[in-house]
Amino acid sequence: MIALAALAVPFLAAILAPLLGRFLSRWLAIVLALFPLLLFLFWLRLLPHFFGDRSEAIAVPWIPSFGAEFSVLLDGLSLTFAILVSGIGTLIVLFAGAYLKGDARLPRFLCYLFLFMGAMQGLVLADDLIMLFVFWELTSISSFLLIGFERERMSSRRAAIQALVVTGMGGLSLLAGFLLIRYASGASSMSEIMALENGLRDLPVYLACFILVLGGAFTKSAQFPFHFWLPNAMEAPTPVSAYLHSATMVKAGVYLLMRLQPAMGDTVVWETVLPVFGAVTLLTGTILGLRQTDLKLVLAYTTVASLGLLVMLTGFGTEGAIAGAVLYLIAHSLFKGGLFMVAGGIDHEAGSRDLRQLSGLRHGMPLTFAIALLCALSMGGLPPFVGFLAKEEMYYGLLGDDPWSIVLLAAAIVGNGLMLALGFIVGLRPFLGKEMKAPKHAHEGPPDLWVGPAILALCGIGAGLFYHVFHETISIPMASAVAGEVVPVEIGPIPHLSTAFYLTVLTIALGVGIYLLQDRLRAGVDRALVAFGWGPDRGFDQVIAGLTTAAHRITYFFQSGRLDLYMTTVFCALAFTILFSLSFFSEVPALPEWPDLAIHEWTILLIIVVGMGTVIMAHNRLTAIVSLGIQGFGVAVLFMLEGAPDLSFTQFMVETLSVVILALVMTRIPLAKTDHRSDPEKLIDGGIAGLCGIGIGALLLAVTQTPFDSRLSEFYEQYSRTIAHGRNIVNVIIVDFRGLDTLGEIAVVMIAGLAVLGLIRIRRPRIEDIATETGDRS
Amino acid sequence: METVLSVVVGLLFASAVYLMLSLHTIRMLLGVVLLGNAVNLLIFTVGRFRSDVPPIIPVDSYVPTTDVANPLPQALILTAIVISFSFFVFLLVLAYRAYQDLGTDDSDKMRLAEPVEDDSPPRGY
Repeated sequence: MIALAALAVPFLAAILAPLLGRFLSRWLAIVLALFPLLLFLFWLRLLPHFFGDRSEAIAVPWIPSFGAEFSVLLDGLSLTFAILVSGIGTLIVLFAGAYLKGDARLPRFLCYLFLFMGAMQGLVLADDLIMLFVFWELTSISSFLLIGFERERMSSRRAAIQALVVTGMGGLSLLAGFLLIRYASGASSMSEIMALENGLRDLPVYLACFILVLGGAFTKSAQFPFHFWLPNAMEAPTPVSAYLHSATMVKAGVYLLMRLQPAMGDTVVWETVLPVFGAVTLLTGTILGLRQTDLKLVLAYTTVASLGLLVMLTGFGTEGAIAGAVLYLIAHSLFKGGLFMVAGGIDHEAGSRDLRQLSGLRHGMPLTFAIALLCALSMGGLPPFVGFLAKEEMYYGLLGDDPWSIVLLAAAIVGNGLMLALGFIVGLRPFLGKEMKAPKHAHEGPPDLWVGPAILALCGIGAGLFYHVFHETISIPMASAVAGEVVPVEIGPIPHLSTAFYLTVLTIALGVGIYLLQDRLRAGVDRALVAFGWGPDRGFDQVIAGLTTAAHRITYFFQSGRLDLYMTTVFCALAFTILFSLSFFSEVPALPEWPDLAIHEWTILLIIVVGMGTVIMAHNRLTAIVSLGIQGFGVAVLFMLEGAPDLSFTQFMVETLSVVILALVMTRIPLAKTDHRSDPEKLIDGGIAGLCGIGIGALLLAVTQTPFDSRLSEFYEQYSRTIAHGRNIVNVIIVDFRGLDTLGEIAVVMIAGLAVLGLIRIRRPRIEDIATETGDRS
Repeated sequence: METVLSVVVGLLFASAVYLMLSLHTIRMLLGVVLLGNAVNLLIFTVGRFRSDVPPIIPVDSYVPTTDVANPLPQALILTAIVISFSFFVFLLVLAYRAYQDLGTDDSDKMRLAEPVEDDSPPRGY
């Protein structure tokens, strides 16, 4: 239960950040860092309860009608992630306080950061699928806010939108996958999926679930070809890059794959697709990383590569590979978070992140140099760092005789070698050489700037040296949760002479060689990319530009601002709707018999039609008005003949008034003598009008051919006199049964009258005056 | 009778639509008047023609003694006639004022509040 409450703590801090920001300017970050620290200690204290492959799910009802619960799943995997999120989160909050010192935006920044922390912590702990999805999307949204934090810059906004679009689309794919899993298997939470006999592998829709879930995981974890958003996300302030885009959020996809490995892994597609995409991402990331000169971008591409490595190992699926993935994930969070903070520190104190401008920083920043070197050594996988344990273990896991293993092993060796070189490019190169003329005089920053990375770097050594404790409390429970059974992890920091060790030596040699040749390689990669010219990043721009253009065209098509087009659209739609539904539902009226009407009835109908025709044909306005009147009087006479004297009187009155008013007004407006339309236009408009007329006529015919339901009319006939004491049934309906409607009608007439009065009496400026006021738009 | 009136209503609709597709406000107004009549006749026809005796109860009875015309559509149309008349008058004055202020009765030339044609969509983020 306390575990459920712990999910709310970061959100509480997010609310408090702006409130406390007014009172605690200097101490804000330090006070707020207590929240994640508390969480860190809480999760750490829970950890010993979950040795081996033990797990526990805690749930309270959330939306019972939908079968969704508010539930957490505690085991080695989720707790390790929670510890990483809260532990690194504490250091990042401290670092952010120093990085944005004196910045008025700090409270807002910390608010977003805590929002993300809460989302990420919820994501890794959630048991229920729907809950997991909600937190998943929340990380995308908070990541959007953080990447776009410097909203004044367009590149920053672009990166934020790009990240949101890519990960948001992935999120939708994930939602579809989760719903499919729920529907097909009946399991609504991770623990229920684990409890299924043979997991999800037997589902007939396994492949669809697999693709949809992968859509979520690959976009979030920046796998090729979705890798492009992650380097762009480096527009964010450095604390964000260190936290979201290396240590935590981008691992959400890897987390999901690890979580589902016991239920979905061990199939042919899983063990093919994941390693292939992982290996491609690993190599793409490292090679593209070689090209960069910005420290943060180099790190971003190595993050892409590391995520690829993790996906590859998770997909490979042997015990050793999974143990290697687990160790590498922890090692990566430690050294990459540290290196990002180092890069931020250099940027903050030396004023530049460009490799070509930075050199000789060891004189001004010895402490930072030491930290960077420790992190880089761990990244390079040298003993006794935790990175070494990870690399040895993954080589053990990948070793095999079949060609598949050899290919992946080769990819891992090349990738690791490149990564070692990139690690030294960030962690060593800026500190060596002559002291340069930096934009700022480089010196050691305040403790908040280097305490965080120092702790992470020391953890990296500590985990390597005290590997027994580390394996017992973290690696084994986590690897067991991923594998679905107890996995022994025993790797230590003392090198033994074995194949894996020779491969490590080979990797290191390769890495050092690349480091020495980096400038030449950089130029080569640059040339290749320029020659190629297109990448998914440009593709994204093209898609967005295409969408904007398409939306613009559609808007202008439908909202052209031309009345005749609107009318044409409306009437085309009317004709289509009526005619289509009549024919589609086979409601076309039967051909009626020749009607038997008296001669006077024929005459009246003929008068109506002739009047109507003359209105259309009239070249003279008086003819048009008079014909309109004739047609109206014809209708009035028809009402009279068919037993509706009240209607007839009203119609006579209204038609007379209409003709008089029209005649009065029209003498003041010069009506164009002829129709303005050209003959083809007349034909088209006539066609549309004809279709509308045919549609309405056919509809009316079809309706009158159905039996008549006379209940309502009979009601009024029965009760008109007995209840309402009136003999004229029509009048009784209007003033008594439907009296309120008539009141509404009177109100309409009154409002129309007032509006007419207003229009006539208020003089508006003439068009020339309006044009000059609005700056001449015509 | 229903059959013939269906045809007449269809014709009235067609001519109303044809007039409303015009660019000139006065022609559209004529179309609106025709449309009003067409709709009224449509409601009348849907109520069927049972009898041509007006729906009035004789003095010495509490219910109609013979078949009478359907009172319900008549009540509806009575309301509709009045409302369409006030609508027509309002539109007429509106068109008149538009002509006075804008100097045209061509709806294509009344573009003061409309977007400029060759606008390109906003680019960037």
